Amino acid sequence: MSIDTETARRVAHLARIAVPEEDLPALAGEFNAILGFIEQLSEVDVDGVEPMVSVTPMRLKRREDVVTDGNQPQAVLANAPDAREGFFAVPKVVE
Amino acid sequence: MLDLTYEAPKPKVISGATGDWELVIGMEVHAQVSSKAKLFSGASTQFGAEPNSNVAFVDAGMPGMLPVINEGCVALAVKTGLGLKAEINLRSAFDRKNYFYPDLPQGYQISQLYHPIVGEGEVLVEMGEGVARKVRIERIHLEQDAGKSIHDMDPNMSFVDLNRTGVALMEIVSRPDIRGPEEAAAYIAKLRQILRYLGTCDGNMQNGNLRADVNVSVCRPGQYEKYQETQDFSHLGTRCEIKNMNSMRFIQQAIDHEAKRQIAILEDGGSIDQETRLYDPDKGETRSMRSKEEAHDYRYFPDPDLLPLEIEQGWVDDIEASLPELPDAKKARFMGDFGLSDYDASVLTAEVEAADFFEKAAEGRDGKLAANWIINELYGRLKKDEKELGESPVSPAQIGQIIDLIKSDAISGKIAKDVFEICYTSGREPEEIVETEGMKQVTDTGAIEAAVDEVIAANPGQVEKAKANPKLVGWFVGQVMKATGGKANPKAVNELVSAKLGL
Repeated sequence: MSIDTETARRVAHLARIAVPEEDLPALAGEFNAILGFIEQLSEVDVDGVEPMVSVTPMRLKRREDVVTDGNQPQAVLANAPDAREGFFAVPKVVE
Repeated sequence: MLDLTYEAPKPKVISGATGDWELVIGMEVHAQVSSKAKLFSGASTQFGAEPNSNVAFVDAGMPGMLPVINEGCVALAVKTGLGLKAEINLRSAFDRKNYFYPDLPQGYQISQLYHPIVGEGEVLVEMGEGVARKVRIERIHLEQDAGKSIHDMDPNMSFVDLNRTGVALMEIVSRPDIRGPEEAAAYIAKLRQILRYLGTCDGNMQNGNLRADVNVSVCRPGQYEKYQETQDFSHLGTRCEIKNMNSMRFIQQAIDHEAKRQIAILEDGGSIDQETRLYDPDKGETRSMRSKEEAHDYRYFPDPDLLPLEIEQGWVDDIEASLPELPDAKKARFMGDFGLSDYDASVLTAEVEAADFFEKAAEGRDGKLAANWIINELYGRLKKDEKELGESPVSPAQIGQIIDLIKSDAISGKIAKDVFEICYTSGREPEEIVETEGMKQVTDTGAIEAAVDEVIAANPGQVEKAKANPKLVGWFVGQVMKATGGKANPKAVNELVSAKLGL
């Protein structure tokens, strides 16, 4: 698989990262280098090998179904560029 | 369990200009898990709180915050799976579904694409007496809900409330086994009933706690059978997904409109684009939701913040042991043990509360009579007052008393209705009402005989006519009942009148 400028533009857009037009070819080149490395990893035969999800044998930590958090609307909204009447206010988005 | 055999309902057929078309429908139902706290944070799930007050920093997508799974949500999902006779996967895992929207502060939804917690199950959807569709469940996965955007509070801005962000949802995915709009609504209704019995989702569609994405396609007769034989989707038409429906009526309308839209395109020689559509109930049409360049590309990958979810068989067994009796089993038992009709058993098992009410009233009594009193008298009276069963001023024990009074011949069925009305309006005990108001039926044959004699003596003309037309016995019984203020035992009166008239 090879990443062209068009694909790089699309990936950047999906990630909502503004990449100047002139930087796209270089970005595509970096993607291709990364994919090349992954292709190299794909050469290893891992048939029958369980994917490793953790370096130490750990069980997923759980919580009881109890309310322990919340009631801090000011803190939640503190970094919002705009907030009104307890809501985040954002430019109009309607599908 | 239910060992009755069912006939499959006929698929809905729409006649087009070039021949008949059949509908094929699959559903993805999002059911909000009835937990106290969210799936990965300790914030409350309470509906209707002040905006952004049920929000932990995890839900707000603040940097450095890590999700910790709520074991209660896992238990409720497992319980739901068991209730749908589904396989439980002892190992499941969470993935990130990436997209940008203001009400999704993380920039991704945590879901279970590759390894869901629940596998294949089934739901029996009854479409009438002896007719039912077995709808296969493909999977149930746990995922986070998004927040809520409000677009009508300001002309230029959308307002975002994150209270719902991160609340646990079960996405219940069916196979394309549903064959018409009515079946789709019945499927949702049955699923809702089971979830409410299990107590794993409150089923409140108005609040959006149960909502559905509906996949609709059309095909020529015969194609669907080929699909069922081979499970090869190429026999079916291209589907469109109608998103986010929370009304049974709109679901039916949307399916109908969408099927007709697809048929019109196909008959014009066109082809269906697989896409997501929205139903507009005001215009009665579905319309495309996302433009091509914004096509789904969720770039799923395993969530690195969460280890796989491993549960133990013993824990699942404990949950299974705690399952309540479910609607199908309860209905079968009501029909078998109490001799109820299919219809009465369906009505009384629609909600757990109704079934419990009935069982308390019917215990050790004539079940059919109890069913009649609850369905006809009590439900009728409650409906008149626009009340729910939970607000009934008459208790199951009081219905039981009325039945006992009828069965012991203390009152007639007719008087019983008066007793019921007094009980309903005053809350007094039926036994006490009958005693205090002197409503006890006259079973003393002597007294009834005297009344019968009086009526016969006063109506010699009618006596003559009755000899030619025995049906007139009813008239005499009526007169005697009137003379005794309705308190005579109608059976005794009937027997005496017939004997005295020599019929």
